Amino acid sequence: MEHEEILHRCFRCGYCKLPGNYVDINCPAYLAFGFETYAPAGRMWLLRAWLDQKIEAGQRFAEIMFSCTACGNCVEQCAFPEFRDRLLLAFTAGKEALLEAGIVPPEVRDYLTRIQTHGNAYGKPVKKSAEWALGLDIDPFSDQEYAFFVDDAGAFNPRGQEIARSVALLLKKAGISLGVLQDPLVTDGNDVKAMGETALFEDLAEKNIQVFQARNIRKIITLSPHSFNTLKNDYPAVGGQYQVFHYTQALAFAMKRLAFSAYLPEAVVAFHDPCYLGLHNADYGSARMVLQAVPGIRLTEMDRNRKNALCCGGGGGNFFTDILSGGEDTPARARIREAAAAGAQILAVACPLCAIMLEDAVKAENLDNTLRVQELSEIVTERIDFQAP
Amino acid sequence: MTTDLISSLETIVGSRFVSGAAEERYLYSMDQGTMPPSEPDAVVLPATTDQVRQIVLLANERKVPVVPMGAGLVLSGLTRALRGGIIVDMKRMNRIIEVNPASRYAVVEGGASQGMLKAYLQKHHPELKHSMPDAPPVATVAGNVCIHGSGHLSVLGGSHSDMLTGMEVVLPSGEIVRTGSCGVSGQWFSRSPLPDLSGLFLGWAGTTGIITRLGIKLFPNYRHNDVLIFVAEDADLMPEMISRLTSVQAAEDMTPWMTPKPDWARGFLHINIAYGAHTKKELTFKRNLLQSSVREYIDRKIAGFLPLPPPQKGRFLKIPSPDLARFADLRRGGGFEYVGAIMAIEHFPKAYRAGLAIAEKHGVAYSLGARIIGAGHCMMFFFAYAFNRADPEDVKRASDALEATNTAALEIGGIPWKAELPAQKQIIEKMDPDTFGLMGRIRSVLDPNHIMNPGNWEK
Repeated sequence: MEHEEILHRCFRCGYCKLPGNYVDINCPAYLAFGFETYAPAGRMWLLRAWLDQKIEAGQRFAEIMFSCTACGNCVEQCAFPEFRDRLLLAFTAGKEALLEAGIVPPEVRDYLTRIQTHGNAYGKPVKKSAEWALGLDIDPFSDQEYAFFVDDAGAFNPRGQEIARSVALLLKKAGISLGVLQDPLVTDGNDVKAMGETALFEDLAEKNIQVFQARNIRKIITLSPHSFNTLKNDYPAVGGQYQVFHYTQALAFAMKRLAFSAYLPEAVVAFHDPCYLGLHNADYGSARMVLQAVPGIRLTEMDRNRKNALCCGGGGGNFFTDILSGGEDTPARARIREAAAAGAQILAVACPLCAIMLEDAVKAENLDNTLRVQELSEIVTERIDFQAP
Repeated sequence: MTTDLISSLETIVGSRFVSGAAEERYLYSMDQGTMPPSEPDAVVLPATTDQVRQIVLLANERKVPVVPMGAGLVLSGLTRALRGGIIVDMKRMNRIIEVNPASRYAVVEGGASQGMLKAYLQKHHPELKHSMPDAPPVATVAGNVCIHGSGHLSVLGGSHSDMLTGMEVVLPSGEIVRTGSCGVSGQWFSRSPLPDLSGLFLGWAGTTGIITRLGIKLFPNYRHNDVLIFVAEDADLMPEMISRLTSVQAAEDMTPWMTPKPDWARGFLHINIAYGAHTKKELTFKRNLLQSSVREYIDRKIAGFLPLPPPQKGRFLKIPSPDLARFADLRRGGGFEYVGAIMAIEHFPKAYRAGLAIAEKHGVAYSLGARIIGAGHCMMFFFAYAFNRADPEDVKRASDALEATNTAALEIGGIPWKAELPAQKQIIEKMDPDTFGLMGRIRSVLDPNHIMNPGNWEK
């Protein structure tokens, strides 16, 4: 297993479980289950034990490994320099080793099978991957500056489609030149890679790159932070080099082109940093710049924000496999409670997966009367003065 | 039997929070130190005092051992299930229940972490702080109090068990008792003036009950903080230097340290002195007091204060400091254990020399140091050894060094702190027999079925 030489070096000091300000548990799987085994250090020690044949890997072992949401909190908080840079790589390698050994939770197997078969997690035909934009006043991609990439959540999930449409229209309203790709696109592969299915990831990336190359695409705006991460950081190694932006980054510098209604009530808004924009790519500013540019929005911060943000629990493929679900301390429910405690009326999100996870959680917490989970472009659009010239 | 036990535990806490799986049994069988693994039959995560009570009642009924566990960071193997049974991992019980700013105490649940309490105070009561141990922030407040831990306010307030104001404890019989003022008034301000029953649960390695709540003292959180490092070469002078520095009662924390790395530190004895004040003027006053107390040594040019640039000061003032956890990576092997011996200050020179001799003899990477407890009333002298967990010979070297250190500490007149099993037996050998007899009788009364962490504090 790649990186196995670092496994025994983990001391299990536990910094990886917490945010930098120690306010609460910040490892999503450990928060959800509570056993030491589900913490990053537990995984390190279990992987070492498996490789040393001190323990057999079964379904629980696989569940522990695949419960990691790859959020990167452990990398951010680990006390050991250099060593920490390899933590997630070691977990991914561990998952890859389990896949090779055929020891995989059924939910993971089914997820990967759907992607292998259909090119997306929804089992939909890829030729329908642009149907989300039917009837929308957005042109197909031809010679615009940016191609808009919505991934499978934006293409096939009903809520994701709503968000994709909202973002596309707002980007257009803000004067950004973009077009929708009409070609069959497969999923970005970000979460497939985090699950250790490297070969499948490369296959997916190559398929998308072929489309991008055929259309001579140079600049891409992504709907999902997951896509932003993998297109920016992983696709170059597979031959796809692009200027990649998350939509919040494109919007942040175009906000001055929008006119807003003067008479909207003030709203207290907290922003939930998505892991693949924040922890993985260190952008904590763009979404906040967007929100701060909207009159009537008062930004507040949850205890865990920016580098200390808590993952919604949907990363690493868990959005689809749902391994973390079922308890009161799922990351999404904890996040909702945290937003409510911060006095937020709106919890702003900038990722379709976060939006769906947290919208479910706010209902589970019975807080949907006082706290609204809202995607960022929807918040902005609600306040635009469409009558303005 | 195990399936039935797990099923009964599931009825108490829900199936999500019970495991008898090989993965949990493996990981909970050991800690980061050198003690050999010993597997539990089950691990359970209660969320309430009543669930703890039901678990203990079940264990009593089945005559199954129960091992309470906080963060599992004790390093000396005290939370291993030596005779199988149930490990009760307390970390779901992590609420901060109450902070009383007027009487300066906090009440927390048994699984609340040091880091969470620190964060809570910073947010809600920035004028207050509690004494943090050098352990990582996931360490529990209860666990550290139970082992008579110490921390960055120990010169000011003594051991962390001295800072305890009361406890809620589930006895081995399932009864729930409250020690200290909370048992009478509902407030958690003091252990006096009642018979001090808290001692029944301090230093017993989880053999007398499970702490579900506790009150601890809080202290003023100063706006201005500083650290001085006093450096000397002669270990024989250390007791007197410590005595003088503590006599002015200006420091919050005082930690001598001696390590071969970095190179500039080798051969020198350093004393970190942390102090704070509400104003800059007060801080300067305290600095002058501390410096004046050891002026004689400076004038004689046999010791002095190390000039510290601000970034380095910041590093020394960081609480908790990740540098201590990083010591575990000294051998690139994730292993670290230490003997901390509580001993009289005057034994410092002997302890220092014993530590050097043992490290040299066993060829182990070492770090020696101490934390002064109270106004120079005693110290926790530590002999820390890093090892490579992947190298059995290195583990053996560290283990041998630790055993030799326990022996040396006892010979010097100290007492190994949070003693691992072999050290417990060494202590018992030196203990007055009637005292050990009383310990046994107390345990028999509290725990007639002998279910609580059996194997510890036994001959």
